[in-house]
Amino acid sequence: MEIVRSQRKSSFPSSDIVVPTIPLYRSTPALEVRLEEFELYAVQRLRVLHGISDGLSRGKKPDEIQKLVKDLWKVNMMHPDASEVVNKDIISHFVLRLVYCREEELRKWFLSMETTLFCNRLQLETPEAQRALWDEFGLPYKAVSIAEYESVKDKLNQVARAIGQSSSSADTIFYKVPFEEVPDLVAKRKVFVQKGIAYVATNQVISILMTQYRSHLSKALALTYRKWNSMIREQEKDRLTPIVEALSTSYLGPDYSQPREYAELSLKDIDQVAKRSFPLCMRHLFEKLREDHHLKHGGRMQLGLFLKGVGLKLDDALAFWKAEFSRKVGADRFDKEYAYSIRHNYGKEGKRTDYTPYSCQKIISSTPGVGDHHGCPYRHFSLENLRVALAKMGVGGRALEEVIDKTQNRHYQLACTLTFEAVHGASCDAGVNHPNQYYIDSKRIMESKNNSKSP
Amino acid sequence: MTMEEVENGRDDMLIDGIEPKQNQNIEIPEEFNANYLRAYYDGRHPGCDQSYVGRREISFTLENDIYTRFLSFNSITELEKAIKEKCPFKIDIGAVYSVDPAKKDAYSQNAFTPVERELVFDIDISDYDDVRFCCSGANVCSQCWPLMTVAIKVIDTALRDDFGFNHILWVYSGRRGVHCWVCDGKARRLNNEQRAAITEYLHVYKGNENSNKKVSLMGPLHPFLARSYTEVLKDFFEEKFIYSQELFSNEERYEKILEMIPEESVTSELRGKWLDNKRSRDDVNMARWGHLKQLLQSGKHKLLEELNRGGLRSEGEDGMLANLRS
Repeated sequence: MEIVRSQRKSSFPSSDIVVPTIPLYRSTPALEVRLEEFELYAVQRLRVLHGISDGLSRGKKPDEIQKLVKDLWKVNMMHPDASEVVNKDIISHFVLRLVYCREEELRKWFLSMETTLFCNRLQLETPEAQRALWDEFGLPYKAVSIAEYESVKDKLNQVARAIGQSSSSADTIFYKVPFEEVPDLVAKRKVFVQKGIAYVATNQVISILMTQYRSHLSKALALTYRKWNSMIREQEKDRLTPIVEALSTSYLGPDYSQPREYAELSLKDIDQVAKRSFPLCMRHLFEKLREDHHLKHGGRMQLGLFLKGVGLKLDDALAFWKAEFSRKVGADRFDKEYAYSIRHNYGKEGKRTDYTPYSCQKIISSTPGVGDHHGCPYRHFSLENLRVALAKMGVGGRALEEVIDKTQNRHYQLACTLTFEAVHGASCDAGVNHPNQYYIDSKRIMESKNNSKSP
Repeated sequence: MTMEEVENGRDDMLIDGIEPKQNQNIEIPEEFNANYLRAYYDGRHPGCDQSYVGRREISFTLENDIYTRFLSFNSITELEKAIKEKCPFKIDIGAVYSVDPAKKDAYSQNAFTPVERELVFDIDISDYDDVRFCCSGANVCSQCWPLMTVAIKVIDTALRDDFGFNHILWVYSGRRGVHCWVCDGKARRLNNEQRAAITEYLHVYKGNENSNKKVSLMGPLHPFLARSYTEVLKDFFEEKFIYSQELFSNEERYEKILEMIPEESVTSELRGKWLDNKRSRDDVNMARWGHLKQLLQSGKHKLLEELNRGGLRSEGEDGMLANLRS
């Protein structure tokens, strides 16, 4: 890709064919790009990716995400010159690769959003276009022969009924794919698996294409990173590098790993603060810790990192957890078995990564099991238990019913937002996306109440 | 691994055990080259890798809970010597890394990375505490151990018939559960996402004391679930488990079952009948299970099946835990 500073119209090869299918971004295109477009296209694609990220963290359902992708793409990625649309698509993708290859967290986010984008765009394509992409990927899977179909068709139909689809006929084509290549279909039991081979229906082909796309992009990102470090960053330090570096800090939202100064939390206040300003998920963990003098791993991580984000210093954290745990397992065992991982969370051991507190999206998607208390109460509690917990927080009457209504419709973060509003008597327009954000907003309200009270 | 087996192409267990040839210094050609191919088969093929054993991580837990990781040994004699010297209380087998774990500090962080690892499942009987009344925690008795047996049967069948694995080792973990080691080459080379997929495939039971229903299997079942039900779980539940745990003998116990039925009409009728405490000639568990089945079957619901599987359950944690209950 050649980046030029010229003011003249870029000379693209006259495209007589408007390519209808989605580009696979296999190799950098032989295009000339104006410097202004370099940044502009990237920003526009970022709006799409950011919109997807936002939708996912608000717990939108798959069909809502699909509509969202369609709208976002239309609003941001069009071009007055129809033949330019594909080029814009390709250029913006490659520029963002540069932007997001440079750190592990950035790579993970980019990979996740681009894969979701690809998947949704794919679903909007016709079956013929999908098959064309299948061929382009060059996947070597064999179709099930008629003879073999007869022997497995009962099982195939069982699966079809289990996932709510109509039974197959001899016309439906199934492909024999090693189970390793369709992990998401296997995980959700959407395919019949026998002796390591998954029987994939034509309409499930999207899943395979997604896995392929994801794996290819992941490798490409690693390569881009190496090239960036070894060559590009230095070469472009007066031109592209500042643009690239500025682009990456704009869109991930705060991660709350570095607590601000005023957000320091002292141990003597912690019970009171927990009652007033913790979101329900953390309140529950906190109370269970006080009650049982123990929490399993999932709970320790979720609550521990939250407290770190809230401003609990490492020494106070160690004292806090030790005070509770030693009542159950003894001080020695605490020092031997649990202190290490607390220090690990603060980046003082091992890889020395400073772990970030979990966002709502991450918490909602966790799977607490027997003896666990982490997760999102709006998702993981039974309605009865949720009512009790909310009542303890002082939420009742109509507000309570509204929260329950949101919960039943699986809008867990909205339910938490309504809870926040009921508890604080103030509105929360931005909604709840992160427990630490809930805490900060709560403290802000509490403090302004205190200030307005004092003469 | 005999040479014959190697020649017959059984590479699913190919590791070491083959005499290595001297690595000749042959330049790697740009295009296809028959001589290079010869050299590849003769010295560079993964099966010739004598370093495999030395790249396996072993860890010792010594007296006073001292835990030492990243040990490695090039031969059985070296391992024996270390064991005799250090007298570990516990020995764990880790992954096979790209370089000898004992020498990892000589390499950059990127150069030391795990390459292969068996697929391991760990089942603890304490994860069944919500369905057994005879014991809890690390305690096990002959009444509740069968839960473990049933889990083993269901998982083992799935690993062999569904996923095509053959080299599976089940061992008692020493205290309160079992470990399952899947050693096929294909299993060892699985990445995290694939391991999570297998675990999720087996995973049915989701929830804890804060949720009500932990299993939600309505309607037609995937062949894996149907097979587990008909071949193992149904009979175990109806013929053994309701008796050994006396699931219907008192209110505290049968309430746990009734909790899972959403139909108010069904549960209140059963409660009425059972609070009566009329003693019949039959065993109370058998009688009450009979009442329940009859009511549900007449309601034409699949709830009956749901209850039986009442916890076909498996839980994934770091891709390493899988539990099944009946």
